Amino acid sequence: MIQADVKLDTLGYFCPMPIIMTMKKIKGLTLGQVLEVVSDDEGIKKDMPAWCDTTGHQMVGLEEEKTKTGTIYKAFVKKTK
Amino acid sequence: MTIAQMDPAVTLADLQASKPDKVTIVLLSGDMDKAMAAFIIATGAAAMGMQVTVFFTFWGLNAIRRKGATSSAKDWLRQMFGLLNKGGADSLPLSRFHFWGLGTKMMQKVMQQNRMPGVPELMETALDLGVHFIACTTTMGLMGITKDTLIEGIDQFAGVTTYLAEAKQGSVNLFI
Repeated sequence: MIQADVKLDTLGYFCPMPIIMTMKKIKGLTLGQVLEVVSDDEGIKKDMPAWCDTTGHQMVGLEEEKTKTGTIYKAFVKKTK
Repeated sequence: MTIAQMDPAVTLADLQASKPDKVTIVLLSGDMDKAMAAFIIATGAAAMGMQVTVFFTFWGLNAIRRKGATSSAKDWLRQMFGLLNKGGADSLPLSRFHFWGLGTKMMQKVMQQNRMPGVPELMETALDLGVHFIACTTTMGLMGITKDTLIEGIDQFAGVTTYLAEAKQGSVNLFI
């Protein structure tokens, strides 16, 4: 279990909205804080590490949670710049 | 027989050193689905910290025309054309299954139900993220489209040279 400082709900949103929401949210965080992005778009599994690679933030981890309505993905991003 | 080693136009080392992070997109199409693809790529790239420029030409200009804008041309041919060629980001037709507007309306409904942003929302996000918009002056002149009939936020009114000057520095160039 990764501990996050801030949580961002992007449930129901498709690409590119979760990434854009992440970018906007992370601006308001302080260095070292971890953001938890909750999404039901499977694309985030690949998209979030790619976004971190390009922007220089750190991908701390990814958790999957099976629910009745589908899988929920939790991406943890540490603000490093 | 030996194969002559050709000098690449840009060496990999140079490319890596310069770290090109510029994206340029030419939007020629005025179709809703194609405009969506252009703006999804544009906003995605901007969110990745890349510098993005979209060059709107020919039918693509319809995406940045105000709704209901007609041609300001004086001759009847272009006036007629202006009446037929409707602008407005929310009134772009689907490239397939438009069915005189019915198919497009249905697609818009489905998108709304699935919280999928449409062209107007994506375009607003793009402007918000600092994506540069260039309107093609040649097409504007050809179709009798004036600056005041376009949306606010257009960075430049220019031609192919301005686009190429931008694209030259880019690592991603798309024609949609």
